Amino acid sequence: MSYLTLPFIEKALLAALLVGLAAPAVGTYLVQRRLALMGDGIGHVALTGVAMGFLLGTSPVLTAVIVASLGAVAIELVRARGRASGDVALAMLFYGGLAGGVLLISLEPGGNTNLLTYLFGSILTVSGQDLVTIGVLTVGVLVVAIGLRRQLFAVCQDEEFARVSGLPVQLLNIVLAVTAALTVTVAMRVVGLLLVSALLVVPVAAAQQLTRGFAATMALAMVIGVVVSVGGVVASHPLNVGPGALIVVLAIVVFGFASLASTLLTRPTRVSP
Amino acid sequence: MIDRVVDVKAVSADLGGRRILHEVDLQVTTGEVVTLLGANGSGKSTLVRGVVGLVPLSGGTVELFGTPLPRFREWGRIGYVPQRVTAASGVPATVREVVAAGRLSGRGVLARFGAADRTAVDDALDVVGLRPLGRTGVAKLSGGQQQRVLIARALAGRPDLLILDEPMSGVDADSQLAIAAALEQMVAGGTSVLLVLHELGQLAALIDRSVVLGDGRVTYTGSEPPAPGDHRDADHDFLPPPAGGFGLSSSPFGVRQ
Repeated sequence: MSYLTLPFIEKALLAALLVGLAAPAVGTYLVQRRLALMGDGIGHVALTGVAMGFLLGTSPVLTAVIVASLGAVAIELVRARGRASGDVALAMLFYGGLAGGVLLISLEPGGNTNLLTYLFGSILTVSGQDLVTIGVLTVGVLVVAIGLRRQLFAVCQDEEFARVSGLPVQLLNIVLAVTAALTVTVAMRVVGLLLVSALLVVPVAAAQQLTRGFAATMALAMVIGVVVSVGGVVASHPLNVGPGALIVVLAIVVFGFASLASTLLTRPTRVSP
Repeated sequence: MIDRVVDVKAVSADLGGRRILHEVDLQVTTGEVVTLLGANGSGKSTLVRGVVGLVPLSGGTVELFGTPLPRFREWGRIGYVPQRVTAASGVPATVREVVAAGRLSGRGVLARFGAADRTAVDDALDVVGLRPLGRTGVAKLSGGQQQRVLIARALAGRPDLLILDEPMSGVDADSQLAIAAALEQMVAGGTSVLLVLHELGQLAALIDRSVVLGDGRVTYTGSEPPAPGDHRDADHDFLPPPAGGFGLSSSPFGVRQ
């Protein structure tokens, strides 16, 4: 296990730890609201941001944060209006974002290598500077996801009740959307934009096989997120496979075991009174 | 008028380009229990949703506790129970977690969830008779029990006015009794109630006044329950009398004690 002390592996482990914490925390709200695939949509849009960063010669993470946040707010506004044509509008946004990103990157010499890095992640190339960015964004995400948990729970559980309680529902929805966008851009270095949604959703799906409460689900999902992210990085080296994909496969394996355990442990119980 | 907790004047509302409410008036005074009755599509749900600001009004005014709706901020004084099939969502939540969401009105983001909040949640669960199930996942409960959870959530804020949208629909007999008992206890404590019902049923004894809507207009208002089935209704079925005649007890509105 001596490879674990290699500097690039140490950075990768730290990045995995941070992303493993942040992604399921936000993912819990998306799953609660039955918007499990929102992360996927934001990921598509974020690619345009990444490409813009390359072309402008600035940090792709910064432009990705900006474009993904704008995309997430647009998705939220479409959702809130609840129009029948909403899903078509979302499709335009998702595929426009993906195609726009691929198109812009192809304008840049050597862009295709970079494209693969962001589509599938490259946690082993995380730099010290990247780590600082990931760390700051993770803290921001956790402050919102944990600090506003009662308000966000109420809004995601029953939006109309939250509105009649006098909560600033639209503001909270936009805060959640932007937080989801930040999470996606943080996680894209680890598992890539195409698999980012898996890290938001699969640990939550696994956790809720075993829990009864919301706080417990979020906590367990964060534990699972950290275990599979760090485990994926650790195991990828001896297995000689890409860590991003391995993290997602591990998460799905955990989900499989959790649902098996849930089936075996749950006796049909009748609740009274 | 200071003692009007709800004052609806000439309210109209449109949904999807169709006029649902036509210049409806509705008042609830302090301590009063008012029920909105009417057929499906008569606009009773739209009216209560308009009262709490969930449906935009195209005409008329709503005042809550003497304040016009657009300027009303004391949402903690209102306990709202929306019409719901379930209290569950995409992620498991315990009964207590759902009820605790009723404690958020007027609370700062940084305010701690303290002993007073936990006591209020306990009390609300006691009123609906679900305290022993506090740590249970809501998805495991029956439909009637989930409705009681939503009522407890509204009670947790210790409201002065309860607004309930069809609290009895799809609810089993045991839970209907529990809900009636809960409302009775709240009314005895001075809470005003506005509720949408399909029929008075278990709650008949509690109701001070009934307002009947038909096609978005008030067709009846009064302290006596309206005659079951208005003969002037276009869709009124003229049925032969039942074999035992019209017994009072067979009235869907029950008998006032």
